[in-house]
Amino acid sequence: MMQLVLTVTAVVLTLAAAGAIIRIARGPSLLDRVLAADVLLAIVGAALCIDMAVNRHLNNLMLLVAISIIGFVGSVTVARFVADRRENVRES
Amino acid sequence: MTDALIDAVSAVFMVVGALMSLAAAIGLLRFPDLMSRMHAATKPQVLGLFLLLAAVGLQLRTWWVWPVLVVAWIFQLLTVPVSAHMVGRAGYRTKHLRPELLSTDELEAVVQQAAGKSGFTDDAGPVAEER
Repeated sequence: MMQLVLTVTAVVLTLAAAGAIIRIARGPSLLDRVLAADVLLAIVGAALCIDMAVNRHLNNLMLLVAISIIGFVGSVTVARFVADRRENVRES
Repeated sequence: MTDALIDAVSAVFMVVGALMSLAAAIGLLRFPDLMSRMHAATKPQVLGLFLLLAAVGLQLRTWWVWPVLVVAWIFQLLTVPVSAHMVGRAGYRTKHLRPELLSTDELEAVVQQAAGKSGFTDDAGPVAEER
C-alpha cells in the first residue's frame, strides 16, 4: 500500500510543482513570483515529509525547518524592498 | 489489525496533504490577482504540512517524535502569517490588486485619512477655505 501512496503523491506533487513553476515563469509581478516560490518550497517540504513517512526515518526534519526559514526570510525580504515598476497598473 | 489501521490513516493523510499542494498550484494558476492567490497559497503551508507531519508521526510510532513535529509545525504556523502579511502589505502599497474584485476595502479610509493629515492641501491655504 505504501508503494501505491508513494506513486500517487509523487504524481500529485509533480503536477503541483509544475503549476507553481509556470506561475513563477509567467507571473506578472514580482510578488506573484515570490508567492509561487513560497508554494514551491512548501511542495519540496511535502515531498521530504512523504519520504520520511514512507521510509520511516527522521533524517529530513532539520532540512524541513531550514526550508521554511529560507522561505520566510526570502519572502519577507523581497516584500520589504519591492517597488512598483509597471507601466500599466491594471494589468494585475 | 491496529498496524493496518494506522497505515491506512497515514496513507489518507499523505494523499490529502499532497492534494493540498495541487490545490494551491491550481489556485495560483487560475485566480485573477495577488490577494486571491495568497489565499490559495497558504493551504499546503499550514494544513498540508500538518497532515504530512501527522503521517510521519503515525508511521514512526515512537512517542518522542511528536514534540519535534509539533515544534516544526508551530514554527511554520508562526512564520506563514508574518510573510503573508508582508507580501499583502507590499501588494497593497504597490497597487497589485484589482479594486473591483474587493467586496470591502477597509484600509482605503485609513490611508486617505493619513494622507490628509500629513497632506499639503488640507486646511492651510485659501484653496481649502473656498470649498
